Amino acid sequence: MSMNTNSSLPIEYQSEQSRLNILGFWIFIGAEIILFATLFAVYGVLKPRTANGPSGADIFVIKDVVVQTLLLLTSSFTAGLVIYEMRRNRLKGLILWAVITLLLGGGFLYMEINEFIHYVHSGATMQTSAFLSSLFVLLGTHGAHVTLGIGWAILLMMQLAKRKITPVTAGKVHIWALYWHFLDVIWIFIFTFVYLAGVL
Amino acid sequence: MNIKWDKILLGGDPLLVGSQIAIVLTTVGIIAAITYFKKWKWLWNEWLTTVDHKKIGIMYILSAVLMFFRGGVDGLMMKAQTAVPENTFLDAQHYNEVFTTHGVIMILFMAMPMLMGIINLAMPLQIGARDVAFPQLNALSFWLFFSGAMLFNLSFVVGGSPDAGWTSYFPLAGKEFSPGIGNNYYMVALQIAGIGTLASGINFIVTILKMRTKGMTLMKMPMFTWTVLVTSLIIIIAFPIFTVALLLGMMDRLYGTHFFTVEAGGLDMLWANLFWLWGHPEVYIVVLPAFGIYSDIISTFAKKRLYGYTSMVWAVVLISVLSMLVWVHHFFTMGVGPAVNSVFSITTMLIAVPTGIKMFNWLFTMRKGRIEFTTPMLWSLAFIPTFLIGGVTGVMLAMAAADFQYHNTLFLVAHFHYTLIPGVVYAVFAALYYYWPKMFGYKLSEKIGKWHFWLFNIGFNVTFFPMFFLGLNGAVRRAYTYSAESGFSTLFLISAIGSIILAAGFAALVYNIYWSFRYAERNVGNDPWGNGRTLEWSIGSPAPHYNFATLPEVKTIDAFWYMKKEKKGLGLRKSDLKPIHMPSKSWIPVYMGAAFFVFGFMLVFEWHILSIFGGLAVLAGLVFRSFDYNSGYYVPVEEIIETEKWRGEIK
Repeated sequence: MSMNTNSSLPIEYQSEQSRLNILGFWIFIGAEIILFATLFAVYGVLKPRTANGPSGADIFVIKDVVVQTLLLLTSSFTAGLVIYEMRRNRLKGLILWAVITLLLGGGFLYMEINEFIHYVHSGATMQTSAFLSSLFVLLGTHGAHVTLGIGWAILLMMQLAKRKITPVTAGKVHIWALYWHFLDVIWIFIFTFVYLAGVL
Repeated sequence: MNIKWDKILLGGDPLLVGSQIAIVLTTVGIIAAITYFKKWKWLWNEWLTTVDHKKIGIMYILSAVLMFFRGGVDGLMMKAQTAVPENTFLDAQHYNEVFTTHGVIMILFMAMPMLMGIINLAMPLQIGARDVAFPQLNALSFWLFFSGAMLFNLSFVVGGSPDAGWTSYFPLAGKEFSPGIGNNYYMVALQIAGIGTLASGINFIVTILKMRTKGMTLMKMPMFTWTVLVTSLIIIIAFPIFTVALLLGMMDRLYGTHFFTVEAGGLDMLWANLFWLWGHPEVYIVVLPAFGIYSDIISTFAKKRLYGYTSMVWAVVLISVLSMLVWVHHFFTMGVGPAVNSVFSITTMLIAVPTGIKMFNWLFTMRKGRIEFTTPMLWSLAFIPTFLIGGVTGVMLAMAAADFQYHNTLFLVAHFHYTLIPGVVYAVFAALYYYWPKMFGYKLSEKIGKWHFWLFNIGFNVTFFPMFFLGLNGAVRRAYTYSAESGFSTLFLISAIGSIILAAGFAALVYNIYWSFRYAERNVGNDPWGNGRTLEWSIGSPAPHYNFATLPEVKTIDAFWYMKKEKKGLGLRKSDLKPIHMPSKSWIPVYMGAAFFVFGFMLVFEWHILSIFGGLAVLAGLVFRSFDYNSGYYVPVEEIIETEKWRGEIK
């Protein structure tokens, strides 16, 4: 609400509104955790119900999933470098690492879309069985989040190019980075409980 | 599968055709009136684009009163249908639609917005804040609720209403057994309103944690604010579950997935579990703020500090924890086995403990107090014994073995009306009378208020008490008729007569609003009840848009009471006044409401290609918001002095 700034804090915490926004976003992530937990629970319940269709072991290509995982985990590291550069007030470095982050995220997304196409071509669609319904919705919700995260980052870079690094724009970038790391955490759970548990 | 145009407008039924004509005429009439009085600009600037929490609260309350009327008419239609055996006023399909919309509207589009309105109005004033943490998000919450409510109400005349009960159990609610579009409305409209509620929850938590005035520790907050904090936490935990449930239900109906279907491995009871994992916390989401309202009103009009404040806080926290652990008691008959049922039986009974603590605290607050029988106090006094009946029957229902007898009978219907109406609706009425002067600067008439109270209270008991016995005699809920041989006729008729008295009570409230608007005495002062205890009574009525000219400092609980007692911290000094920073109004929230409405409408009608464009309209709103760098404006000191003139000379 008010315009108080405190320059002894990291730049993204300097404006009062940014501090409120960051706390609000943490709480939003709490809600997102509940959302994904519900999707995981649904997946866990419906996993054995394949209705004579393919099971996870029949369709998962673990090699591709490992590449996906590496892409997304690396993008989380580069998102960390985005914040590192931001706190040093280096706009060029920030943009560079953000672009690399988005390329990695885009690569992940490209592979996930290919994976979906491969499933559909082998006759495993969302409408085949309860197991596949829950698989597609769980992966699709995460994928939609990644897509939004990429679009969001592009908007932020346009704003940064115009306004440079200020307490307000830094707060926005920080919140985006929280979101991006959160998606990574969710992916680790997907990798473990969907893919590894599906093929082992 | 696309829905054809001929499905859209429902012809044939005189009731529906009448409603369609009435809706069109009302809409045209409203638009014509606004144009004639040249109020469009005022409406846009003052209301549609506002981010002021008090105005948003008023809009919530106004919408909720309208929805109360709509849900009430649904209830009266049901009562008319069951007044006599073998009645043909409504057919089975129509009756199904009516009890479904009655439940959804009364809980999600009446109780929730009514409480959201009161929270918006009072909570920032109670903690000495100038607004909520995210004013624009607050406006977005309102417009999303409004857009969801309008979409849901549209179902009545366009395409057919949902008809699978407010719980919308699958597989009945799925495409296999309900092929029309009625239940699409349920899945989509509730999703839109739910996003708004989640945003409100986040907003209130940050507001309460970060925006309290100097000296107000958590344990010095007014009880109402405490209940809002705990309620918001429940919202954060429960609403995402409903978001997922509605998403999966929508996928089943629109895109042919198999989450809750009978075939291809779907699991119908998964819906029941997800629904009640949200649904049970939801009923505490509506009742806890109501408990907070009662706490404040009872201590105000008993002129005593709330008895057992700390235990009250812990009781609310305990209720919120337990609310997450009882969902299976809604379907003891699912056949999950005695072990699981026993666990949920015990957790359900445990709820009675903290609730009992709260009851005794209210009674002890009144003990030896000098009770003033104002309208808000009357509602609070009536709440205690009536709610007790609801609570005790709840403990009866909690016994899993006995529940096999009560399940799906009118006994259950009577039970939850005895909890929700005294628990929530009485509180809402109490709060309306209590806070009306803070909203508009004049009181509602106490005399008409007494009529409202007695008619509503007597009508409520006459309507719902017979239902306990009907249920015990075996009358099932959601049945559109019964035979004369069943012997239910007398009690059903008494219940129907009661509902007319109940409706007369509501009419008295509407008349009271009209009468007070015309004739009530203005200039009631900052503390119209004469014994306000908390900070909202320390500022003008109606509250100025910046709330507090200077932020108060709080030393104890019931801060304003002690300020008056010690005559400290009440006046203003010119030297303390500084320009006040306030958020600017914004068109984005109302645009988002409209975009979601269009998007939702396309989804409901399964126009898949078009709905992509609807989704893009929503995304466009997010982009606009991202590029919105408006950082608000300052209220100059002269304006503050002008607004605070009612205090007398400011030196």
